[in-house]
Amino acid sequence: MTSTGAVVKKPGSTRNTKTGSWRTFKPIIDMDKCIDCENCYLFCPEGCINKEYEIDYDYCKGCGICATECPVKAVKMERE
Amino acid sequence: MKITEKEFLAPGHRACAGCGEPIGVRLALKVLGENTIAVSPTGCLEVITSPYPETAWEIPWIHVAFENAGAVASGVEAALKSLGRKSNVVVFAGDGGTADIGFQSLSGAMERNHDIIYICIDNEAYMNTGVQRSGATPYGASTMTSPAGKKSFGEDKPKKNLPMIMVAHNVPYVATASISYPEDFMKKVKKASETEGSSYIHLHQPCTTGWGFDPSKTIELGRLAVETGAWILYEVENGDFKVTYRPAQRKPLIEYLKAQKRFKHLKEAEVAMLQDYVDRTCSEYGV
Ligand SMILES: Cc1ncc(C[n+]2csc(CCOP(=O)(O)OP(=O)(O)O)c2C)c(N)n1
Ligand code: SF4
Ligand code: SF4
Ligand SMILES: [Mg+2]
Repeated sequence: MTSTGAVVKKPGSTRNTKTGSWRTFKPIIDMDKCIDCENCYLFCPEGCINKEYEIDYDYCKGCGICATECPVKAVKMERE
Repeated sequence: MKITEKEFLAPGHRACAGCGEPIGVRLALKVLGENTIAVSPTGCLEVITSPYPETAWEIPWIHVAFENAGAVASGVEAALKSLGRKSNVVVFAGDGGTADIGFQSLSGAMERNHDIIYICIDNEAYMNTGVQRSGATPYGASTMTSPAGKKSFGEDKPKKNLPMIMVAHNVPYVATASISYPEDFMKKVKKASETEGSSYIHLHQPCTTGWGFDPSKTIELGRLAVETGAWILYEVENGDFKVTYRPAQRKPLIEYLKAQKRFKHLKEAEVAMLQDYVDRTCSEYGV
């Protein structure tokens, strides 16, 4: 099919760009404190915290929303 | 509510750290799933998710002009119908692209009652071009084109009531939502997807860059808007109005205002006037 617009055929290809390099502060989750509330997973703008609460530091920009929204303060922000 | 663990918006997108836009899109797509076609006019969302030749989208996504997201979504829906196929057709558009520039094509789509879901992601200004006021900018906010200063007070018009304008179109489902209330928002997206005909969801989205607050506070700001009554969560289903979340005790508006640079210039009398406006609106909506 011919197309007059720009077509990008590879879905999800922004993964090529590792936005983790933007980060100044790094979130660290203390799994002993975690109560499995899902806040950090739901509110992450990068979608880079999975349901096992593993953080993909390749993409985490260090916004700190997870630390603010954690009800039990299980997420600590550490300077890179 | 059961949602998929799958992400349909890939990381590596170029949103500012702490941006609320991708949060809204991620959550909506977790409800809508793979069988979805998305349409977006220009705006931050388009720019951050499609830095050519990359794309963050994991589903078919069409970027169109500022003016015509409603018309393009209508066309996609009509084409699917003629092919005998069924997919969710969703628009993700900014407040500028909805309240002002794309308004006529949205109005037409709603009037024709196309089976689409239109989600306006409202950060209350034209953020992508550097924070110019839109019809959805609230009274008092300082923006590039409604600056606070000696000769100007900030935005001098009240926020345009888009969701109620959509209610006036008699579409089957209209709702307001906030990224800070994900359960409420996702329920509404689900309802919208089950609605035959047009649905409109107006999603409140704090913007760290344009509003002036720390990126870690995005969700907190959205919550403060609702807890103070500056933003009200409701739905209108086939004409029936229902508030979906009522703060137990409304917080003073100043708590929301003082957390943002765009309202920093407001004097006591102006804050009192804004509080009065919020009080009146809340009593009108039963909050
Ligand atoms: C017809 C037209 N006018 C102006 C622009 C420039 N422009 C691009 S994005 C943008 C701001 C979009 O604001 P909004 O719809 O609120 O989305 P946001 O960026 O805030 O998410 C503007 C003015 C354009 N691309 N096309
Ligand atoms: S926000 Fe805190 S308690 Fe909740 S899942 Fe994340 S780390 Fe665990
Ligand atoms: S300017 Fe605002 S809406 Fe745009 S990417 Fe940055 S935080 Fe998000
Ligand atoms: Mg905007």
